[in-house]
Amino acid sequence: MICLEHVNLSFGEKQVLDDFTLTIPETGVTVLSGPSGCGKTTLLRVLAGLETPDRGRVTGITPRETAFLFQEDRLLPERTVLQQLTDVMDKAHRADAHRWLALAELTGEEHALPRELSGGMGRRLALVRTLALGGELYLLDEPFAGIDLPRQHRLMAALKALNKPVVLVSHESEILELADHVIAFDGPPLCIL
Amino acid sequence: MTSTMFPKLRTATTCLFWLAVWQFAAWRVASPLFLPGPLTVVVRLSELVQTAPFWQTAVLTLCRVVLGMLWGTALGVVLACLACTGRWLDTILSPAVRVIRATPVASFILLVFLWTDRDQVPVIIAALMVLPVVWGNVVRGIRECDPKLLEFAKAYRFSRLKTARLVLLPAVKPYFLSAVTTSMGLAWKSGVAAEALVLPKLAIGTQIYNTKFYLETADLFAWTVAVILLSLTLEKLIALLIRQSEGRPVA
Repeated sequence: MICLEHVNLSFGEKQVLDDFTLTIPETGVTVLSGPSGCGKTTLLRVLAGLETPDRGRVTGITPRETAFLFQEDRLLPERTVLQQLTDVMDKAHRADAHRWLALAELTGEEHALPRELSGGMGRRLALVRTLALGGELYLLDEPFAGIDLPRQHRLMAALKALNKPVVLVSHESEILELADHVIAFDGPPLCIL
Repeated sequence: MTSTMFPKLRTATTCLFWLAVWQFAAWRVASPLFLPGPLTVVVRLSELVQTAPFWQTAVLTLCRVVLGMLWGTALGVVLACLACTGRWLDTILSPAVRVIRATPVASFILLVFLWTDRDQVPVIIAALMVLPVVWGNVVRGIRECDPKLLEFAKAYRFSRLKTARLVLLPAVKPYFLSAVTTSMGLAWKSGVAAEALVLPKLAIGTQIYNTKFYLETADLFAWTVAVILLSLTLEKLIALLIRQSEGRPVA
């Protein structure tokens, strides 16, 4: 069971997590929703081990077992589309790169550089790169930003087919409807509604 | 075609303009001892290039400068990497490199001449002039590397080597290439100056020094033109290597 137990985290004067406790559903896609700036991204970053809580702890998962999608694409500017994927995959799984490209509907763009991609294409590439990395828990910060609705549906189906817990932040109502679990937040400090 | 012709035409016109200015000045001075004209220099240079010692001298000077550049670049990169690994290393290394940058080249030449033989001095001096430029640029490149990409590398479990190869190197590359191009001129100037002070047997600097005994101003100009041509050739060669490494078409 993946839990945050009595986690406190502040940035200077701003308290983002205050004695915050949450259990992540072990299966399916969990969508975190809430107003911008309430602390959802910070929550994902704590789960990924990118932020160290001032107090409290994360149990049931280590940072090395998570796959994290940042709010920005963070594509390596000098690497091609295909290399973005193979760079994060171990040698044994590199043959799967084309399967991930097909999922992102980027087949034929293997040799393109990030600057040659549209915003939506870049986001899809960043998303499948996170999936290609693999992990026991997928943490996705606004994975569908800039992606059209039919593609959002297809990618959501792919996330469900992973059979691993997926936690994502989204503001889109269609995504909330497709989710297995929805947790609504307010804050800061972050609190469950 | 027009777009490539115009810059070439502009360069040729500029060169012709300055040659005309030179020729006019030489004509006004009316003494080849003080200012030989461009034609006199070209004639003298064409005489020199037909002799074997010219090529031996030019090649040896070229070797010294290139060797100095390679040493300076390698040391600059290593020291920059060390300075970026820890604050205390930066505290130790920064003042030393700043002192090297600020010290007059003549002081270094005379000091190094006390420690080593005359053939090594131009190499060491060229290296010392290149080192601070490469060091400064590489440190800047590393420090200005996007912290978001470094965080990405950490989150995606990249090894240190992989982070260096995929994140740091592309960030540092433009700074490094700019340093190499900038420092090349410094290497030539300081290397030839060192030769003129310590007088190795076969060296352009020695030839330049010798011209003063017999007031061979045309020779002085001819050797200087030789240095400029060698420097430009090396610059073109480096630009070509950079373009090839980037997979861009050669201009």
